[in-house]
Amino acid sequence: MPDGSSYPIVRAENLAKQVNSPEGELVLLHDIDLTIVPGEAVAIIGASGSGKSTLLGLLAGLDTPSRGQVWIDGTDLFALDEDGRARLRGAMIGFVFQSFQLLPNLTALENVMLPLELAGRSDARDVSRAVLARVGLDARRNHYPKQLSGGEQQRVAIARAFAPQPKLLFADEPTGNLDRATGKRVADLLFEINQELATTLVLVTHDETLAQRCNRRLELETGRLKVEA
Amino acid sequence: MNTLALAMRMLRRDWRAGELRALALALIVAVTSVTAVGFFTDRIDQALHRQANELLGADLLIASDHPLANELRSIAHQNNLRSAETLDFPSMVVAGEKTHLAEIKAVSDGYPLRGKLYTAPQRFMPDAPVSGIPQPGTVWLDAGLLGPLDIAAGDRISVGEAQLIVAAVLTREPARGGDLFSIAPRLMLNLADLPNTQLVQPASRIRYRLLVAGEAKNIAAYRTAIAHRLKPGERIEGVEDARPELRTALNRAQSFLGLAALVSVMLAGVAVAIATRRFMTRHLDNCAMMRCLGAVQADITRIYVFQILALGLAASLAGCMLGYAAQGVLAQVLGTMVTAELPLPSLQPVVFGVLTGMITLVGFALPPLLHLKHVPPLRVLRRDIGAPPASSLTAYGFGVAALAALMLWQAGDLKLGGYVLGGTAAALLVLTAFALALISALRLLRHRAGVAWRFGIANITRRAQGSVVQILGFGVGIMALLLLTLVRGDLLKDWQKSLPADAPNRFLINIQPGQVLAIHDFLTRENGTEPTLFPMIRARLTGINDEAISANTYTDERAQRLVSREFNLSWGAQIQSDNQLVAGHWWSAAEHGKRVLSVEEGLAKTLGIKLGDTLHYMIGGEEFTAKVTSLRKVEWDSMRANFFVMAPPGALDSYPASYITSLYVPQNQPELMNKLVKAFPNVTVIDVAAIMAQVRLIMERVSLAVEYVFLFTVMAGLLVLYAAIQATLDERIRESAILRTLGARRGQLLTGLFSEFAVLGLLAGLVASTAATLLGYLLATHVFHLPFSLNPWIWLTGIVGGTLGVGLAGLLGTRFILQRPPLEVLRNSC
Ligand SMILES: Nc1ncnc2c1ncn2[C@@H]1O[C@H](COP(=O)(O)OP(=O)(O)O)[C@@H](O)[C@H]1O
Ligand SMILES: [Mg+2]
Repeated sequence: MPDGSSYPIVRAENLAKQVNSPEGELVLLHDIDLTIVPGEAVAIIGASGSGKSTLLGLLAGLDTPSRGQVWIDGTDLFALDEDGRARLRGAMIGFVFQSFQLLPNLTALENVMLPLELAGRSDARDVSRAVLARVGLDARRNHYPKQLSGGEQQRVAIARAFAPQPKLLFADEPTGNLDRATGKRVADLLFEINQELATTLVLVTHDETLAQRCNRRLELETGRLKVEA
Repeated sequence: MNTLALAMRMLRRDWRAGELRALALALIVAVTSVTAVGFFTDRIDQALHRQANELLGADLLIASDHPLANELRSIAHQNNLRSAETLDFPSMVVAGEKTHLAEIKAVSDGYPLRGKLYTAPQRFMPDAPVSGIPQPGTVWLDAGLLGPLDIAAGDRISVGEAQLIVAAVLTREPARGGDLFSIAPRLMLNLADLPNTQLVQPASRIRYRLLVAGEAKNIAAYRTAIAHRLKPGERIEGVEDARPELRTALNRAQSFLGLAALVSVMLAGVAVAIATRRFMTRHLDNCAMMRCLGAVQADITRIYVFQILALGLAASLAGCMLGYAAQGVLAQVLGTMVTAELPLPSLQPVVFGVLTGMITLVGFALPPLLHLKHVPPLRVLRRDIGAPPASSLTAYGFGVAALAALMLWQAGDLKLGGYVLGGTAAALLVLTAFALALISALRLLRHRAGVAWRFGIANITRRAQGSVVQILGFGVGIMALLLLTLVRGDLLKDWQKSLPADAPNRFLINIQPGQVLAIHDFLTRENGTEPTLFPMIRARLTGINDEAISANTYTDERAQRLVSREFNLSWGAQIQSDNQLVAGHWWSAAEHGKRVLSVEEGLAKTLGIKLGDTLHYMIGGEEFTAKVTSLRKVEWDSMRANFFVMAPPGALDSYPASYITSLYVPQNQPELMNKLVKAFPNVTVIDVAAIMAQVRLIMERVSLAVEYVFLFTVMAGLLVLYAAIQATLDERIRESAILRTLGARRGQLLTGLFSEFAVLGLLAGLVASTAATLLGYLLATHVFHLPFSLNPWIWLTGIVGGTLGVGLAGLLGTRFILQRPPLEVLRNSC
C-alpha cells in the first residue's frame, strides 16, 4: 500500500448525514468533500451544533452516513461491516474525547493497556507504562479515573490514544472540559507526541487558539464545509 | 487475540473495582444453601446404602404380623443360609415400685447376622462390640430405661411374668440407628425366655422377623424360592429396601429442605438479575469504548461470556465449600436422629451446587450481557444512545425458566414440583399485585409527610418496579421467618389447647379378656372413674364387595398403608359419645349378633367404601364378612380410644380379642400405673404425654433444620437489598450531591434515606405478615384441622421487624454516600 506523502490517508466524498426528527427530516451534514494527507494536523472548527462531532464520527466509522463515501488509507470504510470497521480502528485509529471516556473500573495503566490488549499485544504493560510516563503520570498508574483530576484523566486518554502508535488520531474537543491553563498543557502534550510519532491529527474544536496550532483548518457552518480558511 | 486471558484480566479488574460483589455474593448464598442440604442428605443416603445390611442386621429378612411358617426357615437352610429370629413388641418393665414402657426385642442365637451389638458393663462406661446375645435369664437394657426404673446392671426386673437379671447396658444395635421412630427404649432378651413372660397372647401386636444371611447368589435363590409362598402381612426386606420408613422420611426431608433451599436460590436469582443490570449499564460505555478501540462484536461476546462463566464457577465452588461447612450444623440437628454415624459426603452435591449456581447465573445474567455487543460505538460521542433494548421476556424469561427447571428437579417428582411451581407462581402474582397496590397507596400519603419522608417515599414510587422486587424479596424472607417461629408455635399451642385438661393421658392395651372385670374394678376403685374397656380384634381387609383388594389396588399412599396393615375391629352396643352418625343407622338391640359394620367416614372415603358395601376380613386365618350399615364421624384428637370399624355385640364373639382403655391419670398419682402393672404384668401402659413430647421433639428438630435453611433465604433477601442499593447508588450519589448544594442538611438526607428503606421494610413486613397468616390459616384448617386463631404478634413482629431491619440495613448501605464532598461527586458525574 503506497504511503507517499501526497496519498490521502482520509478522503471523503459527497458525505452527507440526515436524521428523521419529530419535525421532519433534519440535515446534519451536506455533501462534504475533503482529503487529509499523512502527517498533517487538520482542525475542524465551527460553532457548537454545527456538525463537527457528526463529521468526526463518520470519518472514524463510528456511524454510517446517509450518502457518500470515506476512504481511510485507501480502504472504503462503509464497504466494511461494523466489525470490519472496528478492526480497522483497532489497527490504525486513536481517539481523544472531550469527556475523556476512561473506563471507570480500570486503573490508569489498565486503561492505557486496553487497546494493546485488544490487539493481542504481549508487551502491553511495558509499552503502556512508558507512554504513561511520557504524559507524566507513572506515579498515578494504579489510580482509578475518579481519583484523577480532569487534566490528568485527559492525559491518560492521550496516552491510551498514542500507545498503539496509530497512523491517525481523532480528537473531539480534547480541552473542552478543562480550564484554560490545564487545557493548554494538555494541548501541548497532544501536539508534542503527535509530532514525535508523526501521527496524522484530525482535531475538532471551537477554540481558535487550538485550531491555530494545526497546519490546516476546515470550517463547518450548519453542516456545510466552508471554503478552506 | 487471546480473549480468554483478556477476559480473565478484565474479570480481575472488575472484581477489584467492586463491580461484581453483589453478583458473586448472591451466587455464593444460593449455592451454599443448596449444597448444605445436598451434602447432608447425601451423607444420610450413603449411610443408608453402605450400611444397609447392618441396618437390617441381615442380608434379607421377612417381616410379618403373625408367626412365620417353619417352611421359610427350612428353605433358608437348604439354600446354605444362616438364619435368626426376632420378635418385637412394646411392653411394660417393672423394677421394684417403678414401671416403664420398653420396646422388647426377643432374639435367637446368631442375632445379628450382620453388624454388631455393643454393650457397656454399666451406664456411662465405655462400650465394646460383643458376640452373642443375652444369656437365658438375663436382659440387656438401653440406658434410657435404667434411669426411670432406678436400676443398674446386676439388678432384677420383671417382664410380664418373667423375672430377669439386667446383665449389661445395650449401647448400639443394628437396625436401630438413631431414635427417630421408636416410642420407647430397648430391652433385649433371649428368645428362650419369651414363653416365661406370657406376653405373647393371641391378639397381641407383635412384629415377627426371620433374618437370613449368606452368599449373594444363595440370597437371590432364596428370594425367588419364597416369593410366591408369602402370605398377606408378610413382607421381604432386602438390603436395597432396608429401613423403608427411614427412606421415605429421608426422601421427604430431602425434597422439603431442598425446596426450602431453592427459595434462597430464587431470591438470589433476583439479586443476580438486579446486579447484572447494574453491571450492564455501567459497562455500556466500556463496550462502546472497546468497539472504538477495535474490538469486534465477537470479542465483546467472548469477553463477557468468559467473564461470567469464570465468575460463576468461582462463586459456585466457594459456595460449595461454605455449604460443606454449613452442612455440619444440619448433621448435628438431624443426623443423630437417623443414624449413629454419618459417612463423609460424596462429591455429587458439588455437581448439583455448581449446576445451580451456573444455571442461576447464566439464566439471569447471560441474556442481558450478550446484549452488550449491540452497543454502538457512536456512544462515545453521544452518551444518550445505548444498545437497542432487549425485550424483558428474553432477558428474564430465560432466568425464570431456568429456576422453574431447577425446582422441578429438586422436587424430584413432577406432581409435587408442579404444585410447588404453580403455588409459587400464584403466590408471587398475588404478592406482586398487593405490593403494587401498597405502592400506589403511598402516593396518596406523600403529601402529608415532611420533606425528608416525602423524598424517601417519592423514591419508592418513582422506582416502582424495583420497589416491588425489593418488597417481595424481603417479604419472602420475613415470611419464612414468621412461619417458622410464630406460626409453628401457634399451631403447636392450638393442638395442645384443643385437648381438654382431663383428656385421657394413658392408654392401656393388651388387656386379656379374663382381666376385663378385674381391671374395671381396679380402675374404678383406685382412679375414681369408671373406665370403658373396648375389645379389639386384629383383622386384615381382603375385599370390598366381590373385589379382592391389596396395597396395589390403591395409588393413595395412606390407603396403601392402611390396607397393608391389620385393622383393629371393635364392638359395642352404643355409639361412642364423641362419635357422630353421618349415614345409615346405628344397630338396634335386635341387630346384635348380626354381621353389620359401622365405618369411620374418612376411612370409607380413602378406601372407597360406601354404605351397603360388603367387607371381607381375615381374622387369624378365618374369614369374616359383614355389611356396612352406617358411617360415623370420629373426633380423633379427643385422645379417647376410637375405632375405624365397629360391629354390634355378638358378631365377633368367636374371635380372639384383647381389650383397650384410655384414662386420665393426674400428675400427682404416678404410683397408680406402677400398681396396675404389678398386678397385671402383661398390660402395656402407653404414656400419651411422653409420645406427644417425642413428636414435639421431632417437630422441633425438623423445624430447627428448616429454620436454619431459611436463614439463607433471609441472607438472600438482604442481598436483594444490597444489589438494589448498588443498582441505584450512582443515581443516589448524584442526587444527594445536588440536594446538598441546594442546602439540604445531613440529618435531612439521612432521614430521607432511612424513611425510604423503612417504608420499604414496612410494606415488606405487611406483605409477609399477610402471607404468613394466610398460610397459617391454610395449614391450620386444611392440614391440621385445628380452629384458627389470629395472632396479632405476627403482624407486630413482621411490620416492626421489617421496618427497623430493612430501614437500618438500607441506611447502613447508603450512609457513606453522604461522606463524599458534593463537588467531587458533581465533577465526576460526566
Ligand atoms: N442522531 C441525531 N438526531 C438528531 N439530532 C442530532 C443527531 N446527531 C446530532 N444531532 C444534532 O446535530 C447537530 C450537530 O451536532 P454535533 O455534530 O454534535 O455538533 P458539534 O459537535 O459541532 O457541536 C446538533 O444540533 C445535534 O443536536
Ligand atoms: Mg461536538
